[in-house]
This record gives sequence, structure tokens and C-alpha cells, in this order.
Amino acid sequence: MSGMEILSPGILSLIQDSGRRGYYRLGLTDGGPVDPQAHALCNRLLQNNAHAATVEVTLGGLEIAAGVGTWICVTGAPVPLTINGNERPRWQVLRVAAGDRIALGHAESGCRAYLGVADGFRIAPVFGSCATVVREGLGGLDGNRLKAGDLLPCTAVAERAPLRLPPGQEPRYPRGVTLRVIPGYQEAHFPRLQQRRFFACPFSVSQRADRMGYRLEGPTIGCDIEGILSEGICQGAIQVPADGQPIVLLNDRQTIGGYPKIGSALSLDCAQLAQQTPGAPVYFTPISQHDAHNALHLAQVFDANRRLEEYRL
Amino acid sequence: MKIHAAGENALIVYLGDAPGREVAARVRALVSALPTALGELLVDMIPSYASLLVVYDALATDHMQVRRCIESVALGADNDESSGRCVTLPVYYSEESGADLSAVAARAGLSVSDVIELHCATEYRVYAIGFAPGFAYLGELDERLKTPRLKTPRQRVPRGAVAIADRQTAVYPAVSPGGWNLIGSCPTRMFDPGRDPSMPVAVGDRVRFESVSREEFLRAGGEL
Repeated sequence: MSGMEILSPGILSLIQDSGRRGYYRLGLTDGGPVDPQAHALCNRLLQNNAHAATVEVTLGGLEIAAGVGTWICVTGAPVPLTINGNERPRWQVLRVAAGDRIALGHAESGCRAYLGVADGFRIAPVFGSCATVVREGLGGLDGNRLKAGDLLPCTAVAERAPLRLPPGQEPRYPRGVTLRVIPGYQEAHFPRLQQRRFFACPFSVSQRADRMGYRLEGPTIGCDIEGILSEGICQGAIQVPADGQPIVLLNDRQTIGGYPKIGSALSLDCAQLAQQTPGAPVYFTPISQHDAHNALHLAQVFDANRRLEEYRL
Repeated sequence: MKIHAAGENALIVYLGDAPGREVAARVRALVSALPTALGELLVDMIPSYASLLVVYDALATDHMQVRRCIESVALGADNDESSGRCVTLPVYYSEESGADLSAVAARAGLSVSDVIELHCATEYRVYAIGFAPGFAYLGELDERLKTPRLKTPRQRVPRGAVAIADRQTAVYPAVSPGGWNLIGSCPTRMFDPGRDPSMPVAVGDRVRFESVSREEFLRAGGEL
């Protein structure tokens, strides 16, 4: 079997495809890229199926050796990319030869980058997906984060159109984010004053921020109730435990839980939250379900109209 | 029934205020009726004690349409409490396979055999599946066996551990940390990704426990 060998996994590197769907009844969560837009653009640039597996690199430090000649692409947070020590552009399909060494430095801003290959990494799906959820021990290579010596199978690919995002159109990864929140779930149990505080005050990303959820620090948000009967938790749900510090739940969250929730953040903004590192400022702003719906449609149109261009090899 | 917003592509349906057979039957009825009613628009559902989270394709429909659909389906759903499969799970109850068995008995002022008898006498309902893949919350435990969670959770609970907490019981599907009281061990795998179906139970099913000997437990593949 041929493919890419991991020389160093960096801080945290995980195989992700577009995520696991349809298995909530078994208690399985979504997994998948925490920045779906960067993952999708990586596959689109490589002319892959939208569900093809990439490597999600948190903070950087991934080094791999190409065992085959193929094409790669790196998107997401700005991490310095080198092939055999030479700096190469991101958001661009690049030719690699067998024996080439590909290295990702540390993110200058943001914290998740995606490395894809032509036709994707060939990893057997579990419950319809090869998305790695370490907590569940599912996906990727044996449900684990990548480690030195792992071989990521992929095929030799000779031909690919050399696509790139037109220069200047790369998504930006600023520090700080405002999350648009659809009030819901137990919002009625949060007194008016507490809701005003939640939507008016700044919070910051705590040290406890990962793919399960981002714990924030800020003013204490009070709720009439401490717990509820456990119920289904959707992507972006914002739970407020008794300590009053909100947690925005992301792709690897548990599917049910018993803390009160004030509402849910828009997925488009959760992707930006997942690009934040501890200390980054976070604000909340309320939007209606109707406005959230419109925002999703606009984002879809924007993505569909995004043009990629060929560059001269 | 109350329907609240949950997120950009999700509504949560509340079918009662407290867990119980009647509510579980209503949740189950909605779970079986919605896939036909919503078809491709339905992404997935999370049934729980007294609620159902409905996740839909927000690019193909909207919350108003889904809300109307849930309301009309709920009116006609079959809420038969006795429906749902009944699954029997074997359990080897002992101190060797359930480290807290005598403590649970002592706390309840019962003998160990009374605890086993009471645990086996109830027909449970699968109220929810979550926490970890294949972890099924079963209720309700006999009032006399009601036991609080351990003050300090264990770092490692073995796979198959049969446990109780408050008025619920469960079988640990995999090795994990856990704060429930262990009273026995079940040789049936609660979650096996390599098998279809990967779980012996689904939300809404009925479950009974059956006491088996050490030999029967080992023969059925149980590990100590």
C-alpha cells in the first residue's frame, strides 16, 4: 500500500471527511471538520468529491513524506507550508513527487488547517464516515489521532488542473469572533437581565477549548434551573452549567446532555470560533431563526459562485 | 406538546415534563412516524426521556414547514405503551462482577438476593442513548434500589458493567470512566461497530434483565 507517511503529527492531526450522519440513535456524534468551509475548498481545489478525507491540523507542526507522486493542497488557517524546505503557497493545488517532504509550520493566526490530496486519503469508513472522533474511538486509523509512522493511503495521480483561489480571496482568520445566536431550548429560564448580560458582555476563549466544545470565560450567566432532563444537543448549542460560564458545543459533542441551553450559534460562526485560540474575544448577538435561514442560503450562494482559477505550472 | 427552536436546522419537541412510560411511548411514536412524513428533509433525530430533537435540511426546508409537519404527525401517531421490542439481557450479579453490589444492598437495607430479584423484576424502557456510543439509559429502577452516583467516579469501568444511578440502570458499552454503582456484568455487547445492528436495543424498546450463573456468563462470552 502506498501513500503518505507521517513523520511528525504536530500538536493534533486528525483524519476528517465531511462527518458522520444518521447515527445519533447509537449515540454517535457528527465529527467532521470544525471549519467545514476550509475543508470543502480544499477538496474543491483538488477536484475531489466533497466528502473526501483530508487531515485537519490543529495549530500546525505536521510533517509528512510523500510515497507517491500526486497533488496536494493546504487550506484553512495560515500555516507556513514548505515542500523539501521551499516555501509554497496555500489555497493552491501543488504537484508533489514520491520522496518529497511536506511540512506545515505553526499557524500565524487561526488554528485549523486542512491538508488534502488528489482523490482523498483512502481510509475505510466506519458508520459511513472516516471522520475521527477520538472520544468514541471511531474513524481515521483505529479511531486515533495521527502519530509518527502512520501511513495514510492515497493513490498516485498524474493529472490535475492546477487550480488556486484567486489571490486576495483567501478567507481571513482574524482573532475574535461574534457568534450569531438563535435563542431557543431553555431560553425562557434565563431571566431577562441575564440574557441582556449574555448578549452585551465580552467573553474570551478559555484553555478548555477543543473539538467537543469551547468553554468561554466572562460574566456569570444565571439561569432559573440547574439541570434539565437530558435531551438532544444540536451543533452550536450553548449550554450554561451552574458556574455560569457558557460552552459552545461543536462537532465532537455528546449527543445528549442535561445542562440548560440558551440557544445555538450559527454554524458559519462556529467554524470561525473553532479557529480561535485561548484568550480570543467572543461576543454573542441574537438573530431570528428566519435570519439564520437567510444567512445559510447566502453563504451557499457565495460558495457556489466562488471562482477558482488555473495558474501556470 | 411544545416545540421550541433548537438551532439553525433543528427543533426540539417536548412531549412531557417527566420520564415515564406514557411519554416514552409518545417519543417513540413520533420517531417512527417522522421519517415518512419528512422524507429527505430529515437529517437525523435524537430521542430522549421526554423530548425529540429533529434535525432537518435547512437548505431544502425551513422551521415553519417542519413545525407544521411535526404537529400534524403527532396528532395521528400511535402511542401504544406496550409496543416496542422486548430484549432480555443476561447478567452475572456478584461482588466479583459488580463491585458495589453489597454496598447497594446495605444502603437499601436489603439482602443481595433481594437486590438481584428487584433489578430483574422490572421491565425497563430505553429512554435515551448517548453519553458514549451505545450507552442506553434504562428506566425506571424500583424505588427501593434508588442509589445516588458515587462521590468519586471510577477512572475505569469495565465493558459490560451493569450499573445503577438514581432511578436508572445501564450496561457500559465500552471501558470508560463512570460514576454509577456496579452490580453485575452482562456478556452481551451493547455496541459493536463490526456488527449489524451494532446495538441490541433502540430507544423505546423494553428491556428485562435475567440473572445467570458465573458459568453461563463465561460461556456467553463474558469477561471478568
